[in-house]
Amino acid sequence: MTMTGKALGGTGRWLDDRLHAAHGTRYLLRKIFPDHWSFLLGEIALYSFIILLLTGTFLTLWFQPSMTQIVYHGSYLPLRGVKMSEAYASTLKISFDVRGGLLMRQIHHWAADLFMAAIMAHMIRVFFTGAYRKPREMNWLIGIVLFTLGMFEGLFGYSLPDDLLSGAGLRITEGILQSFPIVGTYLAFFLFGGQFPGHVIIPRLYILHVLVIPGLILALITAHLFLMFHQKHTQMPGKGRTDTNVVGAPMYPYFMAKTGAFFLFVFAALALAGTFAQINPVWIYGPYNPVAMSAGSQPDFYMGMLEGALRVMPNWQTVIWGHTISWNVFLPALVPLGIIFTGAAFWPFIEQWVTGDRREHHVNDRPRNAPTRTAIGIAAITFYGVLWAEGANDILADHLDISLYSITWAARISMFVGPVIAYIVTKRICLGLQRKDQHLLEHGVETGIIRQLPSGEFIEETRPVDEEALAVLQSRPVHPELPPGESAESGVPAPGMRGALGKVRSRLYKVITESAPMEDGHGNGHGNGHAAIGDGHGNGHANGGQQPATVSAGDGSGDAAETEGSQPDPDADEPGH
Amino acid sequence: MSWITARRRHPAAGYAILVLGLLLIGTVYAAITEGSAGASAPPVANAKQIAYGRKLFVATCATCHGEYAQGQADTAPSLIGVGAAAVDFQVSTGRMPAAELGAENPRKTPRLNERQTHAVAAYIQSLGGGPPIPSAAEVSTTGANVGLGQRLFVAECAQCHNFVGAGGALTYGKYAPALTQATPTQIYEAMLTGPEAMPVFNNATITPAEKRDIIAYVTRVRSEANPGGFSLGRIGPVTEGLVAFLGLLLFCVLAAMWITAKQRKAHD
Repeated sequence: MTMTGKALGGTGRWLDDRLHAAHGTRYLLRKIFPDHWSFLLGEIALYSFIILLLTGTFLTLWFQPSMTQIVYHGSYLPLRGVKMSEAYASTLKISFDVRGGLLMRQIHHWAADLFMAAIMAHMIRVFFTGAYRKPREMNWLIGIVLFTLGMFEGLFGYSLPDDLLSGAGLRITEGILQSFPIVGTYLAFFLFGGQFPGHVIIPRLYILHVLVIPGLILALITAHLFLMFHQKHTQMPGKGRTDTNVVGAPMYPYFMAKTGAFFLFVFAALALAGTFAQINPVWIYGPYNPVAMSAGSQPDFYMGMLEGALRVMPNWQTVIWGHTISWNVFLPALVPLGIIFTGAAFWPFIEQWVTGDRREHHVNDRPRNAPTRTAIGIAAITFYGVLWAEGANDILADHLDISLYSITWAARISMFVGPVIAYIVTKRICLGLQRKDQHLLEHGVETGIIRQLPSGEFIEETRPVDEEALAVLQSRPVHPELPPGESAESGVPAPGMRGALGKVRSRLYKVITESAPMEDGHGNGHGNGHAAIGDGHGNGHANGGQQPATVSAGDGSGDAAETEGSQPDPDADEPGH
Repeated sequence: MSWITARRRHPAAGYAILVLGLLLIGTVYAAITEGSAGASAPPVANAKQIAYGRKLFVATCATCHGEYAQGQADTAPSLIGVGAAAVDFQVSTGRMPAAELGAENPRKTPRLNERQTHAVAAYIQSLGGGPPIPSAAEVSTTGANVGLGQRLFVAECAQCHNFVGAGGALTYGKYAPALTQATPTQIYEAMLTGPEAMPVFNNATITPAEKRDIIAYVTRVRSEANPGGFSLGRIGPVTEGLVAFLGLLLFCVLAAMWITAKQRKAHD
């Protein structure tokens, strides 16, 4: 052993004798992480958050969260001599007088946008792969809370510079608070410390933005990651991947190298955007002035859906005993996003209740293999997307030469019709893809080779799918035809399935578990198709063919599950492959 | 300078000096009177110009506005009393003669040249009343207060034209156009006459000095550099969101795909 080696070993032993860290570290370093690009979406959010903390700390060194009015004398000439708040003046100072200040501001803002965009993408990935299922429901809920906190963190953050645009956002915030029946006015006065805009809102938002919400987000991210680490990461279906193992690369050195590189990619993307793309140019918006407003006043994109909800809403108000209830603000502020978030939060439990599936799931679903879930997800995205686009209705009208009210009416109709169409179309696509998978499983991959049999018949030669693809194709879950507890023979519902609630559950069960039939039951088709694949297959399907043609979907499923289990054998037997 | 010394007695030297001198005087004169050259001083109306204007009016405008500018129900308003400024604005921006009847007449290449435009304007002015075409001095931005112009613009104009004059949508297919091409005279005339959906900002609501401040702001901000990089159209956060998704997120997703593309071989 060299001198250095001894020294290192000695130090290590000294430390380990006191900290007993070697065991834990080894466990940590050998931790397995599955590899899939979509598993890195959450990491984009994590790394954006780290960059947000770093750039945000830099900005606090110069930012003055004060609404004291001063006259500007800084180096941005066009606003010299203009009265503005210290918050706005210090933002101008960061942008024009602090070395690297504008770059930091822009990276901070782009990182906020990327943070929220990555959260959305990550949430969509988790939903469509069913990665929220037991045991990960808590992490799913934490994720929704993080999303909500991120929205508020962003709103409060871009409200701080006290420019024209942010002031407009705060005005809407005030309006939403005021729209709460009975307590609205008190809520608004409570937040703003009196009449809008008052003198305290920026200092208050500042402490929420730099301390309270980031603290909460940091704590919840820690919990989120700890749970992910403890419960182990889900994996995509594939060869040798089960609910009881994790197939992937160990933390050290593979995952560490990859994730370290990925942090640098995210950082690079943000640095490039911060350098080359101007974001939130507060100097051209001018200082906030309650009587002024600009065309094209939009919030940042993650609030765009709320903006759209507000714009799509008809002007409804009710006056009861001299008290005005502003449905025109109250409903759009709470209902659409409420549907999305509440629906998302309850979904894992609804699904569990309906399917009775209380098993742990560590292998993800392919979106096509849960057609109803995928269809509901796309419907929700459509609903969100319509309102999101409506939030930019004036920009769309101006740049696409469409009448503003046409867009509003299109949004009013498509926010209801769009999700329904999206649901139906998505479900059909999923079922179609399932049939395609089933076809591959039963008939193999078409080779393009046409062979003539001695009888004169032409057939196309097929070959079975390879092992990896086979594992993916076979990952489709098998649902019993009837909800658990219900017995087909007796025709008597189980105790839990009686009553109105039970009937609802039993009906929902049929919808949620709707899948393409596992075997299409065409005896003739099978005979022809399988002759070419090989003896093993031929035998397998000869059995299938003996079944009566009127086989029900449930029976078919059961058989198919068995066939799947035995399928590797005929493949292995085949000498030709 | 030796080549000048060598050629100063050249036969053509005197002419060259004369031509240079004339050029110099011409350039200086043009520079001094540039405002009026671009936007022209209000034409001194005379009978000949009015007659020419009437001839042009009958040829290009009368189809809709009527032979005596009396207008036509549901198609074109009466032009009696609108003044020369309104005509100059509509014709010099190419909005009139209109290509079709729509919610809004777009800016396009003018059909009439400046002399013709002024002639038609003089004819309409001769029918009675209305604001005349502003003089070069009236639209000059020399000594204007850009800071005040910014505040006035944000208070009075930005709710339709956007904070930097990038334009915006109005109801029923109408829109507030982008102010990227409008000349100082046109901006002044627009405020004075309120074309299309725009309200009239007469000299009592916005004083002539304030109008010049606004013009100074509009013309300055559109040439203002973007210290933060590409401007993304300066139309607010919508394009920023687009960049966040199609630029940042897409870049990171592609990076993620690249990083995870090479799977580690399993142990077995």
